[in-house]
Amino acid sequence: MTHIDVRSALNQSLPGNYSDLITRNTGVLVRSVIEERLAGLADGTVAFLDFSHIRLLDRSCADEILSKLMLPMTTDHPPRDGYVVLHGLDEFHLEIIEAVLETHQLALVVQLPSLEARLVGSVTEQERRCWEQVMRQGGAIADTLAIEIGMPCESCQEMLEGLAKRRLLRCVANRFLPLGQAA
Amino acid sequence: MTAVISVPAFLDEQSFEQVLEQVAPLAPDAKMLVDARHTRFATPFGLTALLCLAQSRAEKPDFTPPSDDDVKSYWARSAFFRYAEELFTLRGPVPRARASQDSDVLLEVTPIAKSEDVHEVVERVRERATHILTHKLRLETRATMGFAMSLSEACQNIVEHAGRGGWVGVQVYNWAKRRVGRQVVVISVADAGQGFRRSLDTARVRAIAGDRWSDGEALEAAVTQGYSRHTEPGRGQGLKGIKGYVHRHDGRLSIRSGSARMTIVPPWDDSPAREDGLPMFIGSQLQIIIPERAEGA
Repeated sequence: MTHIDVRSALNQSLPGNYSDLITRNTGVLVRSVIEERLAGLADGTVAFLDFSHIRLLDRSCADEILSKLMLPMTTDHPPRDGYVVLHGLDEFHLEIIEAVLETHQLALVVQLPSLEARLVGSVTEQERRCWEQVMRQGGAIADTLAIEIGMPCESCQEMLEGLAKRRLLRCVANRFLPLGQAA
Repeated sequence: MTAVISVPAFLDEQSFEQVLEQVAPLAPDAKMLVDARHTRFATPFGLTALLCLAQSRAEKPDFTPPSDDDVKSYWARSAFFRYAEELFTLRGPVPRARASQDSDVLLEVTPIAKSEDVHEVVERVRERATHILTHKLRLETRATMGFAMSLSEACQNIVEHAGRGGWVGVQVYNWAKRRVGRQVVVISVADAGQGFRRSLDTARVRAIAGDRWSDGEALEAAVTQGYSRHTEPGRGQGLKGIKGYVHRHDGRLSIRSGSARMTIVPPWDDSPAREDGLPMFIGSQLQIIIPERAEGA
């Protein structure tokens, strides 16, 4: 697990001491700093992107950072094996990020101030239920989870694999594990 | 021969059309005198659009400032003359520009050319605006964030699409006697760049619009359908965000480009949603009006 302060990535990207994550151009610069840091991490690492010191976030900048960061990671052949959890978001940030993720049919795990993890973005109710159950249990295998949530085993396996491919769960030896702390 | 363009006494988005009607028949290099002697009031739209008008001319136009000292002083506080001095040949003295003491001027006329300018604008507006937006307009803290986001998105449209710099101004007004019946904050963002039609004039978008391609269709494609000249998914989010914010806060959004205008019309306004066949004007001019939160809202 590693921590990336988005404000420091912003300050590294732009001259001046800004705390607003705005404009698409800024998003390009900040994303490249974040990508550089992610590239240095070991496979399977969960990176916490910390927005605590960010004041304003606009949709263009959020789109440039998050969608372009996550879209390649959710393909069949991702360039690296890593995970991203968002931390330190306020309600306004959340609203913006949720809109951006939904545009791209993406979803991300957000760690709330209570340390509870929440799924935001484009997910079905069934996917959310499945994910929450994994979070509650701290991990699950498809067979058992299928019984617990009343779902055919194959569908459950497929759904968990889908969530793992979308970087919302980790899959280690057929066991699906949470990224953030369990609710 | 110099054409004299009379600026209306009340210069805002609607009455600026009178200016454009006078300019439209002139050749781009025709000598022009913009006469604002009788102008008593100007909104940020009026001031920023006048600067765009000067930018649009091949020949530097002359400009006669308002004759009323109070009006002239307000235009100076709004930083209009600071930039007008470069773009027009001023015919008559103007007060020295000083930092605005006017609490209702949230942002003087400010040039936007690059991404850093947008950061500066948002920083400056936040410093002045938070108190006014939460107390005078009774917006929630979260709504003031949406306001700053809309400002940022509107300004970065210039950086991303206009192809040349533009202008922004923000002002609070008491419109108790107007139909809206409340205080409002007005953002105006204007440029004399390539406009929506040229910006969106790609094979992809034209294929959708077909033979009907026009300024109005280009605005429709961008504002209603979310098209952008960039092909990657996720583009067009800025205008979408502005529209959402305006809608949630009973606001009004209008965008004029070329010879057309589109307006997101709130219940307190009766502007047409789309106007075509307006006098041609270069670039894009956007105005956002957010009214004070209504009682019980």
